[in-house]
Amino acid sequence: MRRVDPRRSRAVLGLLVLASVTIITLDARRGVAGSPVDPLRTATAAVVGPVETAADRIATPIGAIPRYFGDVSELRSENAKLQAENAALQSQLRASDAAANRARELDGIAMLADSSGFQTVTAQVVALGAAQSFSRTVTIDAGTRAGVVPDLTVINADGLVGRVLRAGPTTATVLLIVDGQSVIGGRLGNSMELGFLTGDGQVSDDGVLQFSLVDHTVSPRAGDVVVTWGSRNGAPYVAGVPVGSVVSVQSSPAELTETASVQPYVDFSSLDLVAVVTSSAEDSSTAMEAPKDSSR
Amino acid sequence: MTTALRLLVVTVLVVVTITLQVSIFSHFSLRGAVPDLALLVVIAAALVRGPDYAALVGFATGLVLDLAPPADHTAGRWALSFLLVGYLTGLARREGDITVVGTLVIVAAGAFIGTSVFALTGLVLGEGAVDVSTALDVIPLTVAYDVLVTPLVIPLVVMLFRRLEPAERW
Repeated sequence: MRRVDPRRSRAVLGLLVLASVTIITLDARRGVAGSPVDPLRTATAAVVGPVETAADRIATPIGAIPRYFGDVSELRSENAKLQAENAALQSQLRASDAAANRARELDGIAMLADSSGFQTVTAQVVALGAAQSFSRTVTIDAGTRAGVVPDLTVINADGLVGRVLRAGPTTATVLLIVDGQSVIGGRLGNSMELGFLTGDGQVSDDGVLQFSLVDHTVSPRAGDVVVTWGSRNGAPYVAGVPVGSVVSVQSSPAELTETASVQPYVDFSSLDLVAVVTSSAEDSSTAMEAPKDSSR
Repeated sequence: MTTALRLLVVTVLVVVTITLQVSIFSHFSLRGAVPDLALLVVIAAALVRGPDYAALVGFATGLVLDLAPPADHTAGRWALSFLLVGYLTGLARREGDITVVGTLVIVAAGAFIGTSVFALTGLVLGEGAVDVSTALDVIPLTVAYDVLVTPLVIPLVVMLFRRLEPAERW
């Protein structure tokens, strides 16, 4: 039988609690220059990043399956189909479907990049942050070796995905635009009016962005397209990337500005291929002040 | 088995578990929540080795989860909550017998403590999207999912930790 010495036990607990509180305190004070914990982050990313990439490569055929089960009705029809078809054939079909989807996404990204004059690095989403961590971040399998550095814009074939928070040698962490900490300068496509898009911080599903206009005499209408406003040197967001469309407008007498709910074009629950914009042709023409972004 | 080898095995276990959690189980999320495999490893350590060892494993596991991509919260938050889970579940275990019902109750309690402490530190630091309603939404979901995968994970990890136990302690 093992005995636990309560005094020694409490000492271990106390030391460990002290250690975590110290780390939290050090990291909570991160400023513009970063935090003292960042070298540890980079080191961990260098080790864990490639493992995540490898795991995702193995898991891709498995991971393609749940995407087919969007909701209950889809589940039912999928079930009926499953029963009708040979299981082996079905799995083969899924694998080729996923490949076809990916090829289509890649074409879309290439087209978007071509039409806008962006230079991009394509990458795959290899890990997703969980709801219980209360933030919307993903890991992509391109890092500093591929030219990915913090504050670059991340897009996919549908539109704006987010921005690079930090980059390790082979992986990078991307903050999705639906995260509660995300603020984007947005522009109404039809009237060129400016405003700010904030993530609603919803930790699951697709999320909706809140769009508040700078000029309160303008009111957005449902269906209006919102694109990025762009900031100096295209960091953190390049100009003119489609973000989403207005689904509803709320005006309250208490607030001077009207806010609109914007449904992002990107489907965040099935992110796969993305592109990091490493340089844009419009760099010199967008000499606007950077929107006040969170300091993270 | 030497101490260094044991340390290596636990390190590999922790890294593999966290990778499974963020890269593979993220495809099987329930409204964004994924099973806390890393937390289950800490609880398994507590069941086999007790509070001290589990608090250490919890601290180390939490810290890797804090630092590994795609994490973006203040580092140390998972470390703090996991070490408390390890310590408390270690105190709760009874010497010798690991029953199915007992394990499920311990996992449920541990998952509740873990996600709650993490959410609380987020609220205190005023960080990210942590608000009370989201937390109340996510915590029960996570607890349920953790209990659901317990029969698949805990027996395996408990077996591994038993193997790793120094011989003289038997």
